[in-house]
Amino acid sequence: MTPEELSELKLLAAKIRRDILVMLEKAGSGHLGGSMSIVELMSVLYGRRLSYDPKNPRWEGRDRVVLSKGHAGPAWYSALAESGFFDREMLLTLNQGGTNLPSHPDRTKTPGVDMTTGSLGQGTSTAAGIATALRMKGSDRRVYLIVGDGELNEGQCWEAFQYIAHYKLNNCVVIIDWNKRQLDGPLEEVINPFDIAEKMRAFGFAVETVDGQDIEALDAALDRAEAVTDSATCVVLDTVKGAGVPFFETYPGNHSVKFFDPACREAADAAIAELNAYIEGSEA
Amino acid sequence: MFTLAKDRTKKGAELRDVMVDSIEQAMELDERVVALEADLGGASRFTNIAKKYPRRFIQCGIAEANMIGVAAGMSSEGYHPFTHTFGPFSTRRVFDQIFLSGAYAHNTINIFGSDPGFCVGINGGTHTTWEDMALMRSIPGAIVCDPADETQMRWIVAEYAKLEGIHYIRANRKDVRNVYEPGSTFEFGKGNLLRDGSDALIIACGQLVSEALDAAEALAEQGVDCSVVDTFCVKPLDEQLVLEQAAGKKLVVTFENHGVIGGLGDAVAATLAEAGAGVKLVRHGVKERFGQVGDPAWLQRDFHLTADDLVNTVKEGLS
Repeated sequence: MTPEELSELKLLAAKIRRDILVMLEKAGSGHLGGSMSIVELMSVLYGRRLSYDPKNPRWEGRDRVVLSKGHAGPAWYSALAESGFFDREMLLTLNQGGTNLPSHPDRTKTPGVDMTTGSLGQGTSTAAGIATALRMKGSDRRVYLIVGDGELNEGQCWEAFQYIAHYKLNNCVVIIDWNKRQLDGPLEEVINPFDIAEKMRAFGFAVETVDGQDIEALDAALDRAEAVTDSATCVVLDTVKGAGVPFFETYPGNHSVKFFDPACREAADAAIAELNAYIEGSEA
Repeated sequence: MFTLAKDRTKKGAELRDVMVDSIEQAMELDERVVALEADLGGASRFTNIAKKYPRRFIQCGIAEANMIGVAAGMSSEGYHPFTHTFGPFSTRRVFDQIFLSGAYAHNTINIFGSDPGFCVGINGGTHTTWEDMALMRSIPGAIVCDPADETQMRWIVAEYAKLEGIHYIRANRKDVRNVYEPGSTFEFGKGNLLRDGSDALIIACGQLVSEALDAAEALAEQGVDCSVVDTFCVKPLDEQLVLEQAAGKKLVVTFENHGVIGGLGDAVAATLAEAGAGVKLVRHGVKERFGQVGDPAWLQRDFHLTADDLVNTVKEGLS
């Protein structure tokens, strides 16, 4: 990755991060923590790796994305808006009655959303089905499956992982957002997942753990994951819930933030101003 | 158009073979059709599909939730999947997957739940479903069918393969008596008037349609004249036919290999009540009981789902 390419992806990440904060503050509440932890992933996917046509969202030659941790929809919507799938203005309709941007992604409503998710665990199987279908069609496109670490509590994930590994569906890139916290607290206190990478290895995946907030490292890890030919493939992203805004990184309720708390509004406003300054500086 | 079987005592082919044959025919006509199994391919004979169309058969193992999700994902890529496992695992166990990954996401899944109700035999209570139609009826837009015989099953599968949406079909794996002549055709949302009578109306679905016809013949010998309607399509229900046939009758009896909550009986009850039909209704089905082991014929008697039981219900209802 050239320094210019890296700057572009950092700029895109800043825009996605800003958009998340703007739309959640406007909506009054929302899943901030798990949206922020996948900002760099979204930047790398939409800024560099994915094949897509925003004017033809169902283009057969596109790569597919399944955000199984559907509550992080705002991160996806920001990436889609910044990639031209729809106007940024639409982001401000998040969760309003009649919106095309519901809290959890809906393939029947939002351009660029390939699968409806929200009931945790289910996206793992639908992504497996998409990978099966792509292989059956002889397509060389991939499906990027983004799974939460708390989501791994769901048994269905492990059914799907068995299936993906058994059929060596390496066209399904499994990406686990290991942001360490779920709604009720740290993973270890809610339901301990133990060593996620080891578990995936035991299930038959080629696994790599990488700093999920480091754009270059993440991109390089995806290069290696996609080069795997003899087994299923998985990248565990070592991330921070609420990443990018120190206040939210340590805020206990960062899974779903309520913006009636003045401290949350102040932190969001300050971060938005800072990100806007960075974005303007980069684009100047 | 349908024609009643010339010989109602004759059994057809095993319904699992009819299902496999029907899916294979659909596969021949349409390359979008695929079949998924949850490690019951020997029981359903879906393994025969694997032999004929190895690339279009997907073994999902004993992981029903994943199977439904895989089917939904394939549908989003344009495929028309058929899935099979036993009735309770096809519905109760995977309800949220069918509801969200399937229906809510506008995907297409054709779901075959085998051995409903007393057909379960020695697999027993854990493998019994008296509530599969109740669950599936509650899904917006879903079609729910309980075929009376092999001819009806063939027609349903061929039509399901062409449609988009969530479609459920429940049936015995084994052979059942013929109700229709081969080549008969049907319509979703339309019931079939099999016998026109004046005293009572019997509305049945599934293999119990044969028993309903037996009961109507027995009742006729005792001077009770019954209409018999086959509502193989439990959802959408042919409300018009139900109301037309209920008009002027002293009694309506629904008869199903299912619980009385949420199945055919409740569908007919709602239709009659909302229309203010004012006719007495008895829902003949299973009430507040779980399944159990036993051979199917014994179970059918123990759960009071024989023609004789229906005769008694009609006579009591009219008395």
